[in-house]
Amino acid sequence: MRRVYLDHAATTPVDPEVAEFMAQVLTEVPGNPSSIYAEGRQARALVDRSREEVAAAIGAEPAEIVFTSGGTEADNLALRGVLKAREGEADGIVTTAIEHHAVLDTAHDLEAHGQARVTVLAVDRDGRVSPDAVRAAIDDRTALVSVMHGNNEIGTLQPIAAIGTLCREAGVTFHSDAVQTVGALEIDVRVLPVDLLSVNAHKFYGPKGVGALYVRTGTRIATVQTGGGQEKGRRTGTENVAGVVGLGAAMRIAVARRAAESARQGVLRDRLIAGIASRIPDATLTGHPIERLPNNASFCFRGTQGEALVVSLDLEGFSVSSGSACTSGSTDPSHVLLALGLERDLAQGSLRLTIGRDTTTADIDRLLDALPPIVARLRTASGAAVPA
Amino acid sequence: MNEPDHYTDRALDHLTRSRNAGTLSGPSGTGADANPSCGDRTTITVAISDGHVQEVRFRTFGCTAAIASASVLTELAAGLAVEEAARLEPADILNALGGLPPRKEACALMAIGALRGALVDARVRATA
Ligand code: FES
Repeated sequence: MRRVYLDHAATTPVDPEVAEFMAQVLTEVPGNPSSIYAEGRQARALVDRSREEVAAAIGAEPAEIVFTSGGTEADNLALRGVLKAREGEADGIVTTAIEHHAVLDTAHDLEAHGQARVTVLAVDRDGRVSPDAVRAAIDDRTALVSVMHGNNEIGTLQPIAAIGTLCREAGVTFHSDAVQTVGALEIDVRVLPVDLLSVNAHKFYGPKGVGALYVRTGTRIATVQTGGGQEKGRRTGTENVAGVVGLGAAMRIAVARRAAESARQGVLRDRLIAGIASRIPDATLTGHPIERLPNNASFCFRGTQGEALVVSLDLEGFSVSSGSACTSGSTDPSHVLLALGLERDLAQGSLRLTIGRDTTTADIDRLLDALPPIVARLRTASGAAVPA
Repeated sequence: MNEPDHYTDRALDHLTRSRNAGTLSGPSGTGADANPSCGDRTTITVAISDGHVQEVRFRTFGCTAAIASASVLTELAAGLAVEEAARLEPADILNALGGLPPRKEACALMAIGALRGALVDARVRATA
C-alpha cells in the first residue's frame, strides 16, 4: 500500500533535480569559496548564482541574502543580530503568542539574560494578530517587531504588509519568519515593507540544514558568530556549498511552479476541510478559514488525543502530525492552539494535514475514508459525548 | 524488560481493537486517575462478585500508551480474585504489551491507579 505523506509543513522531500545538482556539486566541486584559485572560484560562482536565485525569488538584491543553516538560525540571527546592533539604545521586541519556538524561545532567552524586553501579543480565535495591537505595543525603545507570515501549525496568514507599513512609520525594524510561505506564496520585498525575512530550504523541496535571512540594505544587524568573516561578516563560516546550491535550485523551481501548484493544493485543502467537516461531527477547524496557507488543513477533534490520532493514521499508511508535542512521557497541547483560546482538552486532539506537490485527489479521499472511524474509535475509548 | 522505542504490535492492537472500552452500569466500584504532566485521564469500572473481578471497563482520554495500557489491564484483571487484581503493577502491563517506549511508561501508571481506585471504591461500597 502506497503511504500517503501529509506532513509537508514538517519537511518536504528533496526535488530530484535539486538532489542531482547537489550530488554533482559534492562530487565535482571540491573548492572553498574563499580560495582565490580555480577550485575556489568555481565554488564561489555557484554560491553567487544561488544567492542571485534566492534574491530574485523575493525581489531582493543578492547582497541582501545571508545564507544560514536553516530557519532557526535565520530567526536567531534576526533577533539576536538586531538586538546586539541596537545595544544601549533600543531593547524592545514585539512578537506574537503563536510564533515558532525559534522566535519565541530566542526572544525569551534574550529577555532572561537582560538583553531584551519582550512583548508577546495575543491573537484572535483564528490566529490573527491585529496591526493595531502591534502599533500599540511599539514604544520609543522598540528595536524589532517579529511576526511570522504563515503559521506552521494552523496555517493562518498574518497581515504582514500592514504590520510592516506601521513598523516603517514607527522606524522599527520588522522581521517575518516566512519559512512556511516563501515556497507557496508570492513575496516581493520591493513592495512588502519587511526588513528581515527567514527562509528554509527543506520546506520547499530543498535540502535540510540550509536557509537564508534576507536583510534589507541599511538594516542594522550585528553578527552573532565570529570567525572568518564570510557572508560579509553577517554569518561567518565556510559556506555549505552544496546546500546553498540546493537552496537556490529549490527556490528557482518553487517560484516557477508556485502559482499553479498553490492553486492546485488550495483545491485539495478545501476538499479536505469540507470533507472532514461533513464526515466528522464536532470537528473544529483551527486557523483562519480563508487567510491560510494553501496546503494546510488543521483540526481539533474533541475526545481524541493527538498522539493517538497520529499513531492510528500511521497504521493506516498516513504520515501526519499533531500540534501537541510529545515531551518526556506527556503530550502537551501546543502553545499555538492554546493561544487561540481553545480549552486544553480540545487542543490535545489536534491534527495537522499538510499537502504537497505529490498529493493527489485520491490521497485526500483515502484520508477522508480512513479518518472518521479512527476519530470515532478514540471517542469511544474516551467516552466523549459528541453531539450528532 | 524489553523497552522498544516504538510501540509493539501488541500495544497497537490494543489501540485499534481496544478491549472493554466503556463504563459498566451499576458497577461495584469506580476509579479514576490522571497523568498530571499532560492532564490525560483514565476511568475504570469493575463488577465484583464472589470475591472475584467479573467485569472491567475502561475509558481513556490519552495517548496510545494510555489507551493500550488500560485496554490490556481490563484483560489482565478480569477473572482475578480481588486481592490478586489489587496486586497488579505497571510491570504487568509492560509485560503484557511487550514493553512501551521508555518515555511513555508513565502513561501506563494511570490504568493501575484507576483500577486500584475502583477496587477500593468497591470495598468501601460493600462495607457501607
Ligand atoms: S501522553 Fe498523556 S497519558 Fe500518555
